[in-house]
Amino acid sequence: MLKIKDLHASIEGKEILRGINLQVNPGEVHAIMGPNGSGKSTLASVLAGREEYEISGGSVDFDGKDLLDLAPEERAAEGIFLAFQYPVEIPGVTTINFLKTAVNEMRKYRGEDPLDAAQFLRMVREKAKLVKMNDSLLKRSLNEGFSGGEKKRNEIFQMAVLEPKLAILDETDSGLDIDALRIVAEGVNSLRSPEKATIVVTHYQRLLDYIVPDFVHVLYKGRIVKSGTKELAMELEEKGYDWIKAEVELV
Amino acid sequence: MVDLKEKLVADFRSREAAMNGEAQSPLHQTRQKALARFEELGFPTPRNEEWKYSNVRNLTNQDFDFGGTHAITVEDIEKFKIPNLSGNILYFINGKYEAGLSTIVSPASQVSIRPLREALATQPELVSTYFGNLADTQDEAFTALNAAFAGDGVFIHVPKGKVVEESIVLYFINDARSANVGAQPRNLFVIEQNAQVQLTETFLTLGESSAFTNAVTEIHVAQDAHVQYYKVQNDSDATYHVGTTEVRMADNSHFYAATVSLNGGFIRNNLNIALDGEHCDAHMYGLYFPDGKQHIDNHTVADHRKPNSESNELYKGVLRGQSTGVFNGKIFVREDAQKTNAFQSCKNVVLSPQATMNTKPQLEIWADDVKCSHGTTTGQLDDEALFYLRSRGISKPEAMSLLMFAFCEDVITQIKIEPIRAYLEEIIAKKLA
Repeated sequence: MLKIKDLHASIEGKEILRGINLQVNPGEVHAIMGPNGSGKSTLASVLAGREEYEISGGSVDFDGKDLLDLAPEERAAEGIFLAFQYPVEIPGVTTINFLKTAVNEMRKYRGEDPLDAAQFLRMVREKAKLVKMNDSLLKRSLNEGFSGGEKKRNEIFQMAVLEPKLAILDETDSGLDIDALRIVAEGVNSLRSPEKATIVVTHYQRLLDYIVPDFVHVLYKGRIVKSGTKELAMELEEKGYDWIKAEVELV
Repeated sequence: MVDLKEKLVADFRSREAAMNGEAQSPLHQTRQKALARFEELGFPTPRNEEWKYSNVRNLTNQDFDFGGTHAITVEDIEKFKIPNLSGNILYFINGKYEAGLSTIVSPASQVSIRPLREALATQPELVSTYFGNLADTQDEAFTALNAAFAGDGVFIHVPKGKVVEESIVLYFINDARSANVGAQPRNLFVIEQNAQVQLTETFLTLGESSAFTNAVTEIHVAQDAHVQYYKVQNDSDATYHVGTTEVRMADNSHFYAATVSLNGGFIRNNLNIALDGEHCDAHMYGLYFPDGKQHIDNHTVADHRKPNSESNELYKGVLRGQSTGVFNGKIFVREDAQKTNAFQSCKNVVLSPQATMNTKPQLEIWADDVKCSHGTTTGQLDDEALFYLRSRGISKPEAMSLLMFAFCEDVITQIKIEPIRAYLEEIIAKKLA
């Protein structure tokens, strides 16, 4: 589904990603872990198409398409979804109106007819129930005045509505208490399927207790320096990142 | 090249010569004084601090036919009028009141709505009590010019305790389809104690020739009265609009103004509110969308003269092309006006590198126990918000128009007349698409 080959990316002349290689297949959950500043969020942003980053080398293939050639909105319509670490507050745009525009713009991209108001509302209510999102938030301005937990839940709710093939969760656990974390994780798990894949970007192992990964990769100084299974995440939780740094420096 | 000042003075003399008795009336004596003052002042130049960014040179070397004939038909009106809007609707075309096109539905017991000229003849005592009290003909050349020609326009009187149930909408239309036209409407609204009314002034221009509107409106808001005042401008690129609205508020009165400038070549709006009573609240909202080479200038004054009142102001603009915008917001808090709350904010989105916005908040505070705040921002659309929307599959142009519409929304929602709001939303959505 996703094939990243020797990806290099920089911002303001500083190289952050220095040769990432990663393959994600349908049905898989990959966790990307690593110390602060290792490039985790950069990788998530580059995949979603954030324009501040300059791609200095490598390729990203998504279901046969050159992802790096596509605008952010085209990537979304192709099935990529980024759950933001810091969801943006947009006063004056209601969540419901925003989602309707998003759904119908994507349908247009795929050559499908727009959903009518009734179909759309039915679908949205169903998804809101799935991620235990309060209906009243839908009528409010997007993320405006939402608590940290509500913002993250809104991200997962949007993911449920937009049904991406590949969801990238960027530090979705940051700033959440354990109850909010559980609700968000349940939402993510309920959306898992054999056709879909998830990349979980996180600093801590605790989210992975709830969203169990098939693979765990450790990112350090812009490269994946170690890959393993969920046991690797346990080991990181226990021993921290220093031993990995030491290993890398040795090589 | 024409010298508009000379031409207007000559116009005045020939009108005066054609007068039958009216030349001796007190009103005409005020006109003469105003003309003399206009001759002394002349049109303002950028050397005048209040006109620093708004140069009227291109206006003052053109000729305009004031109060000329027009060819507006009922079919034309169907095309440009605000859809689904009912109530009292008055048409002024090239300055002249058109009774045949207008509809007055409110009973005379609720409100008296009359062309100013007629009111001057039939209710001279009432009109003269208020007329010219607020307009500054001493320092403002355009106001002096308007006063020199005062006659066209409307007098609206809401008696004590009356609630005007149907809103009042005034259309000022320039028919510039065959020649340069000019109009100088003069309106006087007297809202008596504990009365309520919704007033809308709509300015439209048809045709490609130049048009010049020099409007003055005086609004007296008595104790406990409640007034909503909307000004909608949808003129042509060849229109010059200078409009001054002077408001005086008495104790416990409420005044809501919204000024929406959709289109116009050169617009200068002066909105001056004197909070001349205790426990008043004045609200000023503005929205403007200059594009191309358009110029839109809003000057506002909240003059707090008495204690315990509040003014609240929010102006927003979206600038494109090579357009220029000006916002000058003055807040005066007089020595007596303790416990004043005054808030002012002006926010602008500049979408083109060639567009310019000049903002100048001006606070002069002589009282010591007041709460005042002001702020202006001028910038581009928030990149982070734009990326967020795009990452959800919304195309860049659609995302921009969503964000801009949202930016305008908190001003649009202040318009409490649904058909006007819908009309504005439709035009704004098209502009931002």
